[in-house]
Parts: sequence; C-alpha cells; structure tokens
Amino acid sequence: MEALLSQLPIGLSIAAVLMLVALGLTFTFGQMGVINMAHGEFMMAGAYTAYVLQDWTGREAVLAALPVAFAVAGAMGLVLERAAVRRFYGRPLDTLLLTWGVSLVLQQLARDIFGAPNVQVRAPGWLDGGVRMFGSQLPYTRLFIIVLAAVSALAIWAYQNRTRQGRRMRSVMQNRQLAACSGIDTGRVDQLTFFIGSGLAGVAGVALTLIGPIGPNLGTYYIVDAFLVVVAGGLGRLRGAVIAALALGLLDSYAEFWTDASLAKVIGFAAIVVFLQARPQGLFVLRSRALT
Amino acid sequence: MLRKSLPVLASLAAATLLSLAACGDSESSGGTAAASGNTIKVGVLHSLSGTMAISEVTVKNSELMAIDEINAAGGVLGKKLQPVVEDGASDWPTFAEKAQKLIRKDKVATVFGGWTSASRKAMLPVFERNKALLWYPVQYEGLESSPYIYYTGATTNQQIVPALDYLKEKGKKKIFLVGSDYVFPRTANKEIKAYAKANGMTILGEEYTPLGATEYSTLVNKVMQAKPDAVFNTLNGDSNVAFFKQLKSAGATASSLPVMSVSIAEEEVKGIGVDNVAGQLVAWNYYMTTPGKTNETFVKAFRAKYGADKVTSDPMEAGYNAVKLWAAAVQKAGTTEVEAVKKAAGGISLDLPEGKVTIDGANHHMYKTARIGVIQPDGTIKEVWDSGKPIAPDPYLKSYPWAAGLS
Repeated sequence: MEALLSQLPIGLSIAAVLMLVALGLTFTFGQMGVINMAHGEFMMAGAYTAYVLQDWTGREAVLAALPVAFAVAGAMGLVLERAAVRRFYGRPLDTLLLTWGVSLVLQQLARDIFGAPNVQVRAPGWLDGGVRMFGSQLPYTRLFIIVLAAVSALAIWAYQNRTRQGRRMRSVMQNRQLAACSGIDTGRVDQLTFFIGSGLAGVAGVALTLIGPIGPNLGTYYIVDAFLVVVAGGLGRLRGAVIAALALGLLDSYAEFWTDASLAKVIGFAAIVVFLQARPQGLFVLRSRALT
Repeated sequence: MLRKSLPVLASLAAATLLSLAACGDSESSGGTAAASGNTIKVGVLHSLSGTMAISEVTVKNSELMAIDEINAAGGVLGKKLQPVVEDGASDWPTFAEKAQKLIRKDKVATVFGGWTSASRKAMLPVFERNKALLWYPVQYEGLESSPYIYYTGATTNQQIVPALDYLKEKGKKKIFLVGSDYVFPRTANKEIKAYAKANGMTILGEEYTPLGATEYSTLVNKVMQAKPDAVFNTLNGDSNVAFFKQLKSAGATASSLPVMSVSIAEEEVKGIGVDNVAGQLVAWNYYMTTPGKTNETFVKAFRAKYGADKVTSDPMEAGYNAVKLWAAAVQKAGTTEVEAVKKAAGGISLDLPEGKVTIDGANHHMYKTARIGVIQPDGTIKEVWDSGKPIAPDPYLKSYPWAAGLS
C-alpha cells in the first residue's frame, strides 16, 4: 500500500513532463496537422537558451530563460513555417521528411556550436530539496515542472477560449475555407499558431534542464512520447492531451515499479496500440462538417 | 481525408523515429584518396552522433592526436599515418557496416574504434571474417578474447573486481545494481552477483533501463526504498545525467548513498554537473590527475590541441594508447601485415599516461593498474586507492574460483 502511494507523486511528475513536451505539439500537429519532427530540437534550443543565459543570470537562469526560450524557439518555428512548412500544407508525408531533415540539421548545428558533450545548467538554489509525500520525496524540481505544466495548460485554455486570436485559431482549425470566407487571414493565423506551438517547446526545454541531460540529442529523447500523448489525446484537443499525459504518466510509473523500465515502455506502447484500435481518433474527437 | 490519416501517419512517424533516433549522419575525411606509397591508412570508427557521441567523440580526438604525434615524429616504417574517420552513429549495425567499409573499401591497416560492448560484438565477426585488426579502447565486461581484437581498456578483473574489493573493504554489504539494458551491464552484473555470493554481500535489486532513458524517478524510488549501502552503476551515456540529477533531487547524497560507477569519467562529470555527482566513487585505470611525466605531457598536448578547458579521461587515454601500441607493434614487425603485427605485439611494453602498459600476447588484453577515485567538487577525480602494480588481464576470470561457471 505504501509503495502504491509512493508512486503517485512520481506518476504525476512523469505526467507533467509528458504534458509539457506535448503541449506545443497540440498546436503544430494537433491543430495544423503538421507533423513537425523538429519539435524536439525546439526543446533543445530552449534548453541551450538557459545554458547561454546562465553566464549573465547565474543560478536563476531557469526562471529567466522561460520567456526568452519561448521567444527563441517560437522564432525558430516561425522561420521554419515561413521558409518551408507552408509550401507543404496538405502533404503530411513530405512535411514529415522535411522537418525530420531540419531536425538533423539543427542537431548537428548544436553539436558544432556547443560541442557534442552534454552541458550543465545549474538549478536555482530554491529548487534544492523536496517535500516528503507518501514515503517518497517529491523533489522541488518536479513540483516546479508540475506547476509549470499546469500553468501552461491553463494559459493555453484561456488563450483559445477567451481571446479573439484564440477563437480565430479554433475557427481556422475547424473549417479553414469557411474561416477564410469570413475574412480571417488564415496565413497569419497559421504563423501565430506555429509560433506559439514552437515557443511552448522552448519552455519545455528549459524545464527539462532540471531533470535530464542537456545536449544535442535532447529532442530525440522526448519527441516520441510527445507524439504519443497528442495522438492518444485526440488531435488538437487540449483536454485530451492533459488526460492522456496523466494516464500515460501514471501507467508508466506503476508499470515500472512492478516490472522494470524496459517492460514498462512495452506496456505503455501496447496500451496505446490497443486504445487506438478501439478509438482511432484518440480520447476526444473534434467533429466538424468541413470537407477536409 | 487529411485529418483521418493523421493518426496513422503519426504512428508511422513515431515508429520511424524510434528506429532512427539513434541513427544519424556520417562523416568521412580523406576517405577517397587511395593508399599511396608513403602513407598508411588507419580507420577511426566511433559514434560521432546519437546517444553515445557524448563519450566517443573525445576518444576519437585523442586517437587523432596520437596519430598526429606519430606523424610528427616521422610516422611508422617511414610512412605517415592517414586517418579515415567514420561515424558509427550509436547504432550497432552501422558499426559493422562501417567496419566492413573501412577494411574492404579504404583498405586500412587497422581500425581503432567502438565504445559500447554492443558495438564491439557487432564488429567482431566483421574483423574475424576479414582477418583485420580492431583496437577497442574501453573497459568492458570480459568473457571475450578475439584473435583479431586488442583490448586496451580494462577487463573485469582490472576494474569491476577491484571496485567490488574496495566496497567490501569499506563494509558496503548491501548493493543495488543499476544499468543500461545491453550486453555490458547485464554481463557485468552477472559477475558482480557471483562475486557477492562468494563474499557475503547481498544484492538488493537489479534494474535495467533502455539506453538513452531519461526518466529515473521510479527507479530512484525503488533504490531509496531498498535502502542499500551502495549502488553499483553500469549506466552508459546520457542516462547517467538524468539518473544522478534525479537521485540527488530525491535527497540522496554521496555519503548517505555512495554510487560506484564504471562508465563515468572526467568528461561525463562536466555534463552531469559536478553538484550532482561530487563525492561519488568511480573505478578506472587512469585519471587526469594520475601522477607522472608522461601524463603531464599527454594532458598538456591534449589541451593545446583541443582547448584549455578540455579534460582527459580513461577511455581517451586507452584510445591514445591503442594507437601508440599498434605503431610499436608495426615498427617491431617491420610491416603492417596483420599476422606479423599480431606476432610482434605480444610483450610490447610502453610507458603511457597511466604508467607501464604491457600487451598480453595470448589474450590480447593489457596489463593495467586499477584505480578507485572520488569525484571532487572541481570536477577532477582524486585517486583514493590503487592496485600498486599492473594487474595481469584475466578476461575469463579463470583465476577466481567464484567465477567458475560464468562464461
């Protein structure tokens, strides 16, 4: 029983990481249908932003880097969208190859600029330690990630439902032609969507510096999980992504506790495969009369 | 139509990613020039991309430095060495493929390369089939002795056994085993369990994670709940960063829970962050701080070539040694012909950065001094124990009664 409870905060913290890496993807992949394989490299850019800022800010780099990484990764996404992806709308397979190529280029670029070995970002002093919970310690770094994931999800929800821009984004997603007929500049909306989605990847990258390696391969470690969460949650559905992240995080933490890490991965994949057999569209389905 | 096909495509994308995550770009230098009369081509085959690049790039650098030094001193048999660099991309079949390419297409005299045991096992049949030489520069799990591989890193009885002796001496009786899920950690742990059984130690748990794993909170929780005296860590690559960061944030310190690592050297300490790993134990044959004139020269030359903030580590030194030892064997044989070089190699003894290293002609391993070190707050590693003299290599642990029945 104690083991059961002690894995609960761990499951939540795994879920928070999954959610954070997947949030940006719910925009670019979920809403726009762009399979952006370079999404992981935008996370890497966010992590390196914290590394670079650390020269000026010292140990507070993580906090200072959150907005900067959002802007840096967002700008990278914008450039990618304007320069390449927009010429491939409606051709998902080509987009996949294109963005995968971009991701390899970005990895090599990071290797040339920062070197192949991992770098270190020192966590702020106030994130040392943790709270004891059900017989295991929930580190403050994990708590920080949980809060950050929750705040990001709330902010996205508010943006999509409470702002003019957000409503435009949703209308373009639901029915592009009709939105265009109603006078919405869909090109601009696409740019903004891609900017926000990529920017969120940057924010996730900063958070990942607290728990994992910071190197040119950072993106490759998280991108598969991010896609899984978005697909299982239902494309473009924020609520779906949140619930899918929670389910996968908890499943992973308990599966690994009772078996081992390799088997837990298998169980996670198997669960998603079975789930998608039953619900190919994911948890929440967006119903639209648009002729896509 | 588009929207419906997206989940399918995404699964496709995820699957592609899974198989390609470790696969990257390849790099070749000078691979086109044919072997001319006054150069000898040698292959350098390491992961320059993927999860192992963090470690292997540095070994490639020290091997290239040794080649440069030999060339500056007039080369081997009056000929300059010409390195052909290939990228194994942290992907084991790629290693085999590139080894084949180096041997057949570039016709190299020998290959220096590999890091993970999986990559060595993938390359082994290629070298045996082609009767070509591989110099493998990393400590490994033993239980192997190929006639076409020279092992310049430690075998089990020069690293893992001394590390266990040290833990036993310090009264650490309850051990938890943590490793990456591939051949080296699994074999090493088999040996550790045999040792523990014979020496009155208890193994509280044995956990493996996929290579490249970054989520360690569950594993850390398991370790903390088992309350071991020490952890024996055979994780490899980037996973070490995640493991130590998450171990530290879960409240474990070097004094409350010592971790003995066999794959963390000076280079990795920087990436993990000294804060997260200071005070922890490592086992190797060489540290940057190892005393001696040869090492001083080695460190100085490496920093002059690659940057003043660079560090040197055991596998880098073993890679450097491999080049020097091969050159000495070729010089003695008077030819680069493989069988003649093998005949000449046995008994060659050089003064290298770690001290005296001698090639064992029978099993192709080296006589090496074992050293236990503690990671210092400044990122260097301080030696706290050494074996006094080079230990004779015993890859099959034949001289240890507890190891009977392992191979």
